[in-house]
Amino acid sequence: MKRVTLPASSKDLRDLQAGEPVLLSGTVYTARDAAHKRMIELLEQRKELPIPMKDAAIYYVGPTPAPKGRPIGSAGPTTSSRMDAYTPALLDQGLTVMIGKGRRSAEVKEAIVTHGAVYFVACGGAGALLAHHIKKAEPVAFEDLLAEAIVRLTLEDFPCFVGVDSFGDDVYDQDQ
Amino acid sequence: MREVDAARITEAVYDTCQKIAFDYAPDILARLKRGRDEETTERSIAAMDQLLENAELASTERIPICQDTGLVTVWLHVGQDVHVINGSVYEAVQQGVSKSYTEHRLRASVVSDPLFERVNTRDNTPAVIYTELVSGDSFRIELTAKGFGSENMSRLKMLKPAEGLAGVKDFVLETIKLAGPNACPPMIVGVGVGGTFDYSAYLSKRALLRPLDEPNPDPRWNALEQELEAEANQLHIGPMGFHGNTTALAVKILSAPTHIAGLPCAVNICCHACRHKEVEL
Repeated sequence: MKRVTLPASSKDLRDLQAGEPVLLSGTVYTARDAAHKRMIELLEQRKELPIPMKDAAIYYVGPTPAPKGRPIGSAGPTTSSRMDAYTPALLDQGLTVMIGKGRRSAEVKEAIVTHGAVYFVACGGAGALLAHHIKKAEPVAFEDLLAEAIVRLTLEDFPCFVGVDSFGDDVYDQDQ
Repeated sequence: MREVDAARITEAVYDTCQKIAFDYAPDILARLKRGRDEETTERSIAAMDQLLENAELASTERIPICQDTGLVTVWLHVGQDVHVINGSVYEAVQQGVSKSYTEHRLRASVVSDPLFERVNTRDNTPAVIYTELVSGDSFRIELTAKGFGSENMSRLKMLKPAEGLAGVKDFVLETIKLAGPNACPPMIVGVGVGGTFDYSAYLSKRALLRPLDEPNPDPRWNALEQELEAEANQLHIGPMGFHGNTTALAVKILSAPTHIAGLPCAVNICCHACRHKEVEL
């Protein structure tokens, strides 16, 4: 199975094809609805983002609080389409990798192709299993948002599939 | 008259919230395993294997099945001969939710105002509470904690009576199709037919609570459930939306009398982690 180390540049991602199973390792940032909204507001005000967006990876997840002795609680993907409205602006800032579940809009797919980014899908409702592949979680920003805060995660062999590859091919449009 | 202490309601809600967060109901787990055996492609088998491994890990390690530990809906079936003492019934329910979500480190997913502030209430309250009066002195609590990935894909339509059976079938299947990979398939589909605009939605959520191995008591509605389940699986959305064979684990319908001019139809989509349980006090 292919392995991808994050952060990854668009050059590193070019060989990936929609539908392929992949194991991800390295650094990703959590962000979902509320964190996206705030980041877009910061961009509109020409202020600095709380995370370096160049070659960054974002995981759409709002984990449960970490139990004692573990870095994180249950941590599966949330529905990516809710982030569609915000995504092209972040891709413009250098974002190269997104992890979530479900379909993306035509606008997002177009921006993925323009920037050579990749959208990965993880198994929805497998939060306990996926948490086992998250080795570290460090708060970064927006802690008042609780489960929606931005947290830096270190992944190790995190199982997912290529959802939309850098050429715009979509796993959900493929035959079995 | 039987007296029930409000503390017992809190305790029951507290206990049920944590149990359903970590453990699949046995009927759903059995159906998932059957679905796993019906998959033929590498991707769909991998997705089902992840779900089954996840179920095992969640139960043994007490990590929630899904990070979206839901918005809690509680049904109180209260005997009219019951007197609740030492506190308010609804406050007792909310205290149980608050205590369970805080102590068991379940996710606080509720915001105080839906449109303006959207500030997290920090303890997953308030739960939605429905109260049904029944005869006798029983006190039964049904509780579900439903994630919003699937709740967001639910729909309601006021069909014309002339659209009839075909209209209901088309709307249910269209809703499943639109839900697609977003609703964390394989799904459980609750359908409410009849009543009013609001009551059909209520029925569609209640329909999700019937165990998967329990047939609809009305043979006509049971046949429709079977037919819709088979047709839903012909849509080949499949686990994770990878076009496999298991799209719906079950379709469950509740119906009610309605107006001569109407045929309300509500479809409440639920992900495979359909978390619900009932307790008798």
